[in-house]
Amino acid sequence: MNKTYEKYYVPAQSPWPIVGAVALFLIAFGAGTFVNEVTKQQPGFGGYMLAAGFVVLIVMLFGWFKNVIDESMSGLYSAQMDRSFRQGMSWFILSEVMFFMAFFGALFYGRVIALDWLSGGSNNAMTFEILWPSFEAMWPLLKTPGGIETQAMPATGLPLINTAILVISSITLHFAHTGLEQQKRGQLKLMLLITLLLGATFLSLQVYEYIHAYRDLGLTLASGFYGNTFFLLTGFHGMHVTLGAIILLFVFLRVLKGHFTPEKHFAFQAAAWYWHFVDVVWLCLYVFVYVI
Amino acid sequence: MSAVVNDHEHDHEHHDHKPSGIKRWLYTTNHKDIGTMYLVFALVMFFIGGAMAMVIRAELFQPGMQFVEPNFFNQMTTVHGLIMVFGAVMPAFTGLANWMIPMMIGAPDMALPRMNNWSFWILPFAFLILLMSLFMPGGGPSFGWTFYAPLSTTYSGDSTALFVFSVHIMGISSIMGAINVIVTIFNLRAPGMTWMKMPLFVWTWLITAFLLIMVMPVLAGVVTMVLTDKYFGTSFFDAVGGGDPVLFQHIFWFFGHPEVYIMILPAFGIVSAIVPTFARKPLFGYASMVYATSSIALLSFLVWAHHMFTTGMPVAGALFFMYCTMLIAVPTGVKVFNWVATMWRGAMTFEVPMMFALAFIVLFTIGGFSGLMLAITPADFQYHDTYFVVAHFHYVLVTGAVFSIIAAVYYWLPKWTGHMYDETLGQWHFWCSLISVNLLFFPMHFVGLAGMPRRIPDYALQFADFNAFISIGGFLFGASQLIFVWVLVKCARGGEKATAQVWEGAEGLEWQVASPAPYHTFDTPPVIK
Repeated sequence: MNKTYEKYYVPAQSPWPIVGAVALFLIAFGAGTFVNEVTKQQPGFGGYMLAAGFVVLIVMLFGWFKNVIDESMSGLYSAQMDRSFRQGMSWFILSEVMFFMAFFGALFYGRVIALDWLSGGSNNAMTFEILWPSFEAMWPLLKTPGGIETQAMPATGLPLINTAILVISSITLHFAHTGLEQQKRGQLKLMLLITLLLGATFLSLQVYEYIHAYRDLGLTLASGFYGNTFFLLTGFHGMHVTLGAIILLFVFLRVLKGHFTPEKHFAFQAAAWYWHFVDVVWLCLYVFVYVI
Repeated sequence: MSAVVNDHEHDHEHHDHKPSGIKRWLYTTNHKDIGTMYLVFALVMFFIGGAMAMVIRAELFQPGMQFVEPNFFNQMTTVHGLIMVFGAVMPAFTGLANWMIPMMIGAPDMALPRMNNWSFWILPFAFLILLMSLFMPGGGPSFGWTFYAPLSTTYSGDSTALFVFSVHIMGISSIMGAINVIVTIFNLRAPGMTWMKMPLFVWTWLITAFLLIMVMPVLAGVVTMVLTDKYFGTSFFDAVGGGDPVLFQHIFWFFGHPEVYIMILPAFGIVSAIVPTFARKPLFGYASMVYATSSIALLSFLVWAHHMFTTGMPVAGALFFMYCTMLIAVPTGVKVFNWVATMWRGAMTFEVPMMFALAFIVLFTIGGFSGLMLAITPADFQYHDTYFVVAHFHYVLVTGAVFSIIAAVYYWLPKWTGHMYDETLGQWHFWCSLISVNLLFFPMHFVGLAGMPRRIPDYALQFADFNAFISIGGFLFGASQLIFVWVLVKCARGGEKATAQVWEGAEGLEWQVASPAPYHTFDTPPVIK
């Protein structure tokens, strides 16, 4: 028997995974039904099912994380376990990167190839003549082949401010991390709080920007390829910021309770990685959606 | 609930603390329980998807419309494909990974045991949604498993949203499963289990897990675009708004091509385990196998547009994708060469796992060759969307992936149950499957080359004889799998006691623990020389 080896903690039975599976079932089935009901304006149960799914999911997350935090705080986790969590989180972030890649890929394809072909590029001269001879390729696509018009979202002003806010929030989060590592709990709390407030500001400004786009610019989800990529990329990014902020909020609450040590703070680390990832996505998004 | 699972005993004297009743399965964190659930689920899905194939073959037995409406026929082809890919083959491989990888690398369990259970339990719900959608007004998804726009956007039914969300949660399940496998392999190897000592099944699964993490999110992205195009007025795949249906194909196949390697790389690992055992020789060219697997995985990201030659692309693009595709034949050839070289002058015996592995090598190679034919752009213009393509991918997926899974089940079944399976019945299963599967898929090459299109419920008269033949092969193949269930049930209930090593030539950590494997193996890591 190798006594020097730290035992790998294998949790005993847990009800949370099956609760989580039920939650995802309610969400998927509810959303699949709800989408049809909303677009056809029929009454139905889909919305309730979807809402119930989210409630169950939140209950599951609370229960599951409570277990994990209790186990962690009672010292059941070895350094090897910590590595499992870290590696798991890193691979999860890679999968998130690939999710955004699908939408960035669509954006590049649309701009470089689809619009060129629609205006007669490559060997599509006849298609162009027959389908939409008056179509002009441009980016942002302000007038679709079908004739829907919109205005472009400028890169300066609010989006630039939002970029600054997110970059600063990444920096403050970094200082929160150094505060944690150097046992400066005051700096940790303050910097984490500032990060959270910056995140909330970013999200509020995004909401304001969406209202501005819909009301003043005529830029909507349905206004052609430019609107599609604009709203799906910024929308999914916004959802990720929301999720990241919720995670940071819980990390903040744990910090207030005195959790985390300079050596062991996986949850903090994971939340920070996630936040920095979301920040990098925004920088790419700002360049490719707003600027270029 | 947070009791530490640790017995300071050696595996042999280890007492199994199995929780009992339904809660054991619902709440489990045990990789063996979860592996079993994955495998049983995959088997059930295999029969449901197979029943749909029987409907397809019954309708195609004769020309003309006999049994089902065209729309229902399309739902059958669509859901058959989705179930077999996402519900049968992938979960079966994940089940094998769950059972075997921790035992092969000397780990106490998977790295993230609770998440492991979550990954599994999402699947039954996802497929429940997919199957329920068949009973909706207007029917289930009918646009083919590839759900090309605009079939899935402009022309699809109300069930599309359910399809999209069920694919979303299947994807969540796959990604979590893949993260678990990859972290287990990176972090839980026993001391001394260096990278180049890992069994090839572990290596191939490591690379498969990487592919899953890279491409399942892209699938999630493309189904999301289908959803917004259909319901929320976007026009990603509609030229009227500046989008392009070809964009759909690019994103889909960027996922889709690595996906087919996700369904075959673990099979390579299985065959690389079985052939040395029954040839009683170490695997020939271990390192080259690792490099070949990695090369195939890398190339899989560069070949997606070979599914789209007839869609149209610039000549430079067609050439690039053609050459990259053909390049895949090189590492694949290395593998086939190595398996054959392993058998060269081996002391071979031909138990059922070996028979299926041998059939795999021959028949998968046939599927590989027809793939090479399809890779040639000008030739593809003739083959595209014909039964030749159907023949090709069924050779690689049925006689490839499915045969490897069956081989793996026979190979490890004594380790799982502690009993030897019935060798006579197993041989019956093998020979019935082998003959019927070739009756079923080989003539498809001919009707395809003669021009019979795929996904059509009716066909021209000249294809009648071949199709009757194919259908008979199909029914026989379906019936042959009942023997498999018989063998499994019989083996689970009893039989000759299996030794720890089970097979005379078997090597590896999984053969050093007792049969059946104790509920918890390697609480403390074994020493690897």
